[in-house]
Amino acid sequence: MAQGWLQVAVFVVVTIALTPPLGKYMARVFGGQRVFLSPVLGPLERLTYRVLRVDPSEEQDWKAYAKSVVLFSVFSWVALYLILRTQGIHPFNPEGFNSGPWDVSFSTASSFVSNTNWQYYGGETTLSYFSQMAGLTVENFVTPAVGICVLLAFIRGIIGRSGPGLGNFWQDLTRSLYYVLLPLSVIVGLILVSQGVVQTLSGASIAKTVEGAEQALAMGPAASQIAIKQIGTNGGGFFNVNSSMPFENATRLSNFVELLSIILIPAALTYTYGRMVGRQREGWSIFAAMLAIYLAFILVIIPAEQHGTPAEHAAGTPTTAIDGSTGGNLEGKEQRNGIAESALWATTTTVTSNGSVDSAHESYTGLGGAVPMSGMGTSEVVFGGVGTGLYSMLLYVLLAVFIGGLMVGRTPEYLGKKVQATEIKLISLGILVTPLAVLVTTAVAITARAGTRSIYQAGPQGFSETLYAYLSQANNNGSAFAGYTGFVQPNAPGNAGAYGISFADLLGGATMTLARFLPILFVLAVAGSLAGKKVSPAGPGTMRTDTPTFVVLLVGVVILVGALTFFPALLLGPIVQSLTTRLF
Amino acid sequence: MRRTALTSILAVIAFTLIFGLAYPLAMTGIAQVVFPGKADGSKITVNGHLVGSSLIGQSFSRPVIGKNGKPKLDEEGEEVLAPDKRYFQPRPSQSGYAANTTFFSNSGPNSVEEREAVRENLKAYLRLEKPFDKSLTREGVPVDAITMSGSGVDPEISEANARIQAHRIAAIRHLPLSRVEELISDHTNGRFLGVFGEPGVNVLQLNLTLDEEAPIE
Repeated sequence: MAQGWLQVAVFVVVTIALTPPLGKYMARVFGGQRVFLSPVLGPLERLTYRVLRVDPSEEQDWKAYAKSVVLFSVFSWVALYLILRTQGIHPFNPEGFNSGPWDVSFSTASSFVSNTNWQYYGGETTLSYFSQMAGLTVENFVTPAVGICVLLAFIRGIIGRSGPGLGNFWQDLTRSLYYVLLPLSVIVGLILVSQGVVQTLSGASIAKTVEGAEQALAMGPAASQIAIKQIGTNGGGFFNVNSSMPFENATRLSNFVELLSIILIPAALTYTYGRMVGRQREGWSIFAAMLAIYLAFILVIIPAEQHGTPAEHAAGTPTTAIDGSTGGNLEGKEQRNGIAESALWATTTTVTSNGSVDSAHESYTGLGGAVPMSGMGTSEVVFGGVGTGLYSMLLYVLLAVFIGGLMVGRTPEYLGKKVQATEIKLISLGILVTPLAVLVTTAVAITARAGTRSIYQAGPQGFSETLYAYLSQANNNGSAFAGYTGFVQPNAPGNAGAYGISFADLLGGATMTLARFLPILFVLAVAGSLAGKKVSPAGPGTMRTDTPTFVVLLVGVVILVGALTFFPALLLGPIVQSLTTRLF
Repeated sequence: MRRTALTSILAVIAFTLIFGLAYPLAMTGIAQVVFPGKADGSKITVNGHLVGSSLIGQSFSRPVIGKNGKPKLDEEGEEVLAPDKRYFQPRPSQSGYAANTTFFSNSGPNSVEEREAVRENLKAYLRLEKPFDKSLTREGVPVDAITMSGSGVDPEISEANARIQAHRIAAIRHLPLSRVEELISDHTNGRFLGVFGEPGVNVLQLNLTLDEEAPIE
């Protein structure tokens, strides 16, 4: 296991090292300043404003900003749904796929427009290349950009000193897309292709294997989509088994690059935040709180997976390491990724709102599976999604300031702005709407007959599947205990067909959409409320938010809210499973 | 409202053209020029025939022939397969190494089916390898040999797994064990930077090399 800890240590060090340079670059981009890419992309940017008929210098108040977010997302949803429903006439459709049932398309459209990328379909068995490119890849780009926009509006609300303006949505959107997401995707995409991730428009090739059998090798323009899938905390696989498929994640190098791409922007945004508020320590203190929770999860999951499962032990394998084999629970994991890096990925993908997987989460040990669930249960504020992670964390920061203020008996202030009743009401709603959505939908799905049809495994695992599914969809994560399906399985143990169970598709689709946009509206409302306030100078009684004490308080608040909300539910599923050796 | 709606529609169209068509097509163009073999799936051809991909595992099993001279069928009418002893065996696969319909096994940690599957795999492995490696015990069977991979097309096995199978290959192919072990290390992929991932042996490439070095009659 020492090798495993070394991998974690090096990975964390690389993440920390890349945070300042990327954070600094993004601060320049979002501040409207020139960057080294301006000579190339500047003309495209200005052309875009002309085509969209917007004046990028026009300031929007929170309502105008919110209206732009919502309308842009509504039309994105409509466009994606139409694309998914018209596969019969698509170009770039070498396998000749049709559209399948409408409720699967409803789920998919809601999923990708909400940056969730929950998948009730198998990519290589149901989607045309045109749907993958013009439909899904586009949403993979624009939804993290929208997340960044909401974050920027929120930050401007916190630091704003003059009037209600929160910036211009169209400028923020365009600059995030062109200067941050596009260049990173080109770089990562080309690295992936160099490792063997496929990028072609040809259809499947039929190989005649050494034994003389036929093996169809599914292809497609995968690398371009996988790059932004990772960078934009999207997570929706080109292939059904996501990044465990070698054509989606070919080597140890590609696995490292994809893993790093998940956490890169969410981590760096904390530095961008420090720059924008003019106090770098504020950014680092948030980073430190995130890192502490992240490391705690990793300390649990790797030993859990190394231990192996009750089923494996009952079958007579000790799952201990021997010379030339790591041992541990390798069910659902690839040999090249092994225990440690699969477990590191599972943690990283669920504390952020990525949701791509390089191993089957459903086959994790009880305790190992509790970690991804807890990652999502903290509302994905531990680095979190691109933009979404930091704005959700800032809600917790304000809550921690409020609680700290109550403790010392002063009006709570954050960066000189008073946090008052209006803000606290909106913050509470913003924080609670997602956990509420999880618990209500899980309860509905576990009690309704139509809901239990999606369950694949017997015993407490069936409950875990359901809880995981709605944790994932409500938090816009997208990873799954993949036995839980939205369709009837024609004699297949996995996601091979696409026959809609309308209940799961519709409940999930509605959950993903509401749990994405309601918090956004609350966040923008808080920003609007803070924007006009005057800044009072810091005095000797002001609670500092850039100290280790505050970091501890912040971690405590995040864990308290998450644990109080989800501990009872976790008890019924993964915790029961980790305490028993009984099989079901 | 109308102005924002119009801008939104224009934005959806513009970004679809840029990120949905221009970007993936340009990436395809660059990939096809700079990394032609990799972008097309790292295909392996032998004597002009496509035999598979170096990144995708394949099954080295053959149909069991019944007493009537026809392939034996199970209750569901599928051909019963048995491992081909002349080749290194890949990991068990839930999809039978289908590379165009991938899915997870989704076996849970407390699942009876998982226990049965692992137990069967363990028995089968010992049945196949024990006659050639007398010292092999249940405890010595590496986990990768008895659990299903994530993709169902895992191209690699652990070094321990390969070294156990080497005894069988050496005996059947009439090769010195040391030579087989050499071939194994030739086809072992190490960790990235010596740190990331786990070492693994590429089964298809190793088997193809075996066929070159010690062809089967």
